[in-house]
Formats: sequence, structure tokens, C-alpha cells
Amino acid sequence: MTQSDTDSPCLEVHQLECIRDDRTLFSDLTFRLEPGKALVLEGRNGSGKTSLLRILCGIRLPDAGIVTWDDTDINKLGPDYHVHTAYVGHRDGIKLDLTPLENLAMARALGKPNDTTLEEALGKVDLYGFEDVLTRNLSAGQQRRLALARLLVTDTTLWILDEPFTSLDVHGIQVIEELLDQHTSRGGMLAVTSHHAVNLASTTIQRINLSELAA
Amino acid sequence: MTSDSLLRAFTLLLKRDLTLAIRHRAEILNPLLFFVLVTSLFPLGIGADPKLLQAVGPGVIWVAALLAALLSLEGIFRSDFEDGTLEQFLLSSHPVSVLVLAKVLAHWLITGLPLLVISPLLGVLLGLPGDAIIILLVTLALGTPVLSLIGAVGVALTVGLRKGGMILSLLVLPLYVPLLIFAASAVDTAAAGLHVTAHLSLISALLLLALSLSPLATAAALRISLS
Repeated sequence: MTQSDTDSPCLEVHQLECIRDDRTLFSDLTFRLEPGKALVLEGRNGSGKTSLLRILCGIRLPDAGIVTWDDTDINKLGPDYHVHTAYVGHRDGIKLDLTPLENLAMARALGKPNDTTLEEALGKVDLYGFEDVLTRNLSAGQQRRLALARLLVTDTTLWILDEPFTSLDVHGIQVIEELLDQHTSRGGMLAVTSHHAVNLASTTIQRINLSELAA
Repeated sequence: MTSDSLLRAFTLLLKRDLTLAIRHRAEILNPLLFFVLVTSLFPLGIGADPKLLQAVGPGVIWVAALLAALLSLEGIFRSDFEDGTLEQFLLSSHPVSVLVLAKVLAHWLITGLPLLVISPLLGVLLGLPGDAIIILLVTLALGTPVLSLIGAVGVALTVGLRKGGMILSLLVLPLYVPLLIFAASAVDTAAAGLHVTAHLSLISALLLLALSLSPLATAAALRISLS
């Protein structure tokens, strides 16, 4: 267990507001995400799910309100916050002209490496045997699984995932759901948007519906 | 984060960008080809009078180098922006400015260094004297990194725009002008057989200034572009 797990910091969101093109997507949003739990964001297209996730990452600044990690504003923490988080966005964040192994090596160097070897990480997402193929030649589902394998090579607590199951088949979804479940059972946290139902057998799931909030 | 892991991220990122460039060779060749073509067209356009060529030579080579750099600038961040890897750099546990420096260094090795290597040949083509060619090499060695460093700020600001190319030129070209003036006049002065220490000091100062400020400005600009 890492230091951060024993300290069990949590992510808190206070009266968050997001405005896009003069439209208020959500306002007065307050919640708290604790270790071992998962947050599933629901809502129609354009209801602000991705914007909220990008605010939680620290890429986007909230229009009002504050996001705190361990009682400190994440935008003040900067890299000290990013070391605890991993983000798989709607773009995969992998280079098509590198091999899966080269992609994972880069992802690992950008964060705090853990004990999992790159080959093990590829094995966990069923990409073993593809390590030296150019990523361009993999299928869309395989590329998505490679993007998710990035989560496994660094030592992070909070996983922020935007539609992780896009292009995955039934088996692929199961594999990823198991990985997510294992992560929360080790004290990790999840913030996920998904059009699929998210089935995590042993995890408490908090649901927030952004469309209902706006109404 | 320890400086050890920061160094590893720096070298890995440098290696990654060089690997990508080798897998897309056209990106290396395009600016170089442009540089050679533009410079070698001048004698055809303005006539082969050695005195005239010697007079315009330094300016021609430097303007061509500047435009070649401008052509290749978008490559620093464009593809990383499109596939989402740029977001990952901003979310890394290392200072973004150091990662930016690795990318700029890679860009210079890919686009600046080849210009440097081929430029003595173009100097001979335009009939520059030996001393002037040496000074031309020195100014390019000091100056092309400045082109990449300043350019990176401009690209970082415009990478989020769909058609950022025009704005990029407008943003970056005025900042290139002082370098162009000092560099071209250094080569001119050397051709006239005079000392160029003052010019070279000024170009070195520009390099140090760009080296210290540009990565910070680029990192801030990337944050704005991606938010």
C-alpha cells in the first residue's frame, strides 16, 4: 500500500459550476468521493459529463466552486495532485506510430512507476503478443484497451475515465470491469462516465445524473 | 518526483519524438528541401553576378532558414494534441516546462540540425568567403534553437484552433525579426573582414533568454489551449 492509501485522502467537490458557450451545464454541484468507491456520471449527450471529468483532472478550470484533494485545491497542488491521478479521456492518449510497449513506457515515465512490468500490463488487457506491432495496425477496441493499460503501469489512486468501454466487445468490457473492481478493492477511486451500465461486483457506486441536476 | 525520474521522462520523450520522426521521414525532409530549393533559386532569379550574390547571400540563407523553421513548427504539438497525448503531458507528475524542453530539443534535432549541416554548401553556392561561412554556421548553431524555442510558444497558443497556421505566422514572425537582423548582419560583417563578437554576443543573449523563458511560457500556453 502506498502512503496515499493509508492516509486515504478523498476528493471533494464544492458548489462547482461549469459554463460552456453561455450555457450553464451544471451549477452548485457538491459531492465527495472516498477511497474504495466509484462515481458514475450519467446524463444526456452534452450535459457536461466530459467537462466535469476534465475539471476533476485539472485540465479545465471550474467557472465557480472548488475541487479539493486532501483538503487542498487541486489547481494549487498541480503535479502533486497529478501523481495520484490517471486520466483516460475520449481521445486515447496513445501514439499510433509507436508500438504498445513504447506507448506504455512513455506513460509510465510520466507518472510514478509501480511494480507491474509493461508486459504484465499488456497481458492484463489481453494484448499480450501485440507488444511490437505498430499501434496503428491494432483494431479500435485493442487501441482502447491499450489506452486503459496506461492505468496499470503507474501507481495512482484516482482513475478518471471518460467512456472507457467505447469500442470494446462484451469480453473486453468484462476484462476492464474486473480491473476497475480490483482497483477500488485496493482502496482506489474511480470517476467514470459511461453509456453502458457499469457493473462492479464489490464496489459501492455513487451515481450523479447531470441532466436531472440541470432540470 | 525525484530528478532521476524527471531525467528519465526527459530522455524517453526525446527518444519518442525522434523515433516518430524517423517513422515519418517526410517531416524531416520537407523543411530541408524547402531550405535548399529557396536558396538555390535565388541565383537563377537575380542573376549569377558573384558580387550581388555575396551581398544578398547571408540574408537569403537566413530568411530561408527562418521560413523553413516556420513551416515545421506545427509539428511540435499538433499530432500530440490530436491524439490526446498532449493532455497526458499536462497531467504528468513532472513539470510541464521540462517536458516541453524535451520536445523542443527533439524538434531542433529534426529540423534545425539538418539545416545547419547543409548550410556551408549553400554558402559556397552563393559565393560567400570562407570566414563568412564559418560565421554563418555559428549564427545558425546559436539561432536555429531560438527559432524552435520561440516557435513553440506560438504553436502552444494556437494548437487548439482549427486553422491556426496564419495566426501562428503573425505571432511568431515579429519575434524572429531581431534574430534575423543580428544573424544576417553578423555574416555580412564577417564577409567584410570585421569582428563579429558583438553580434554573436547578442545572438547568444537571445538564445539564453529564449531558453530560460520559452519553456515556461509554452507550458502556460498549453494549459490555456487545452482548458
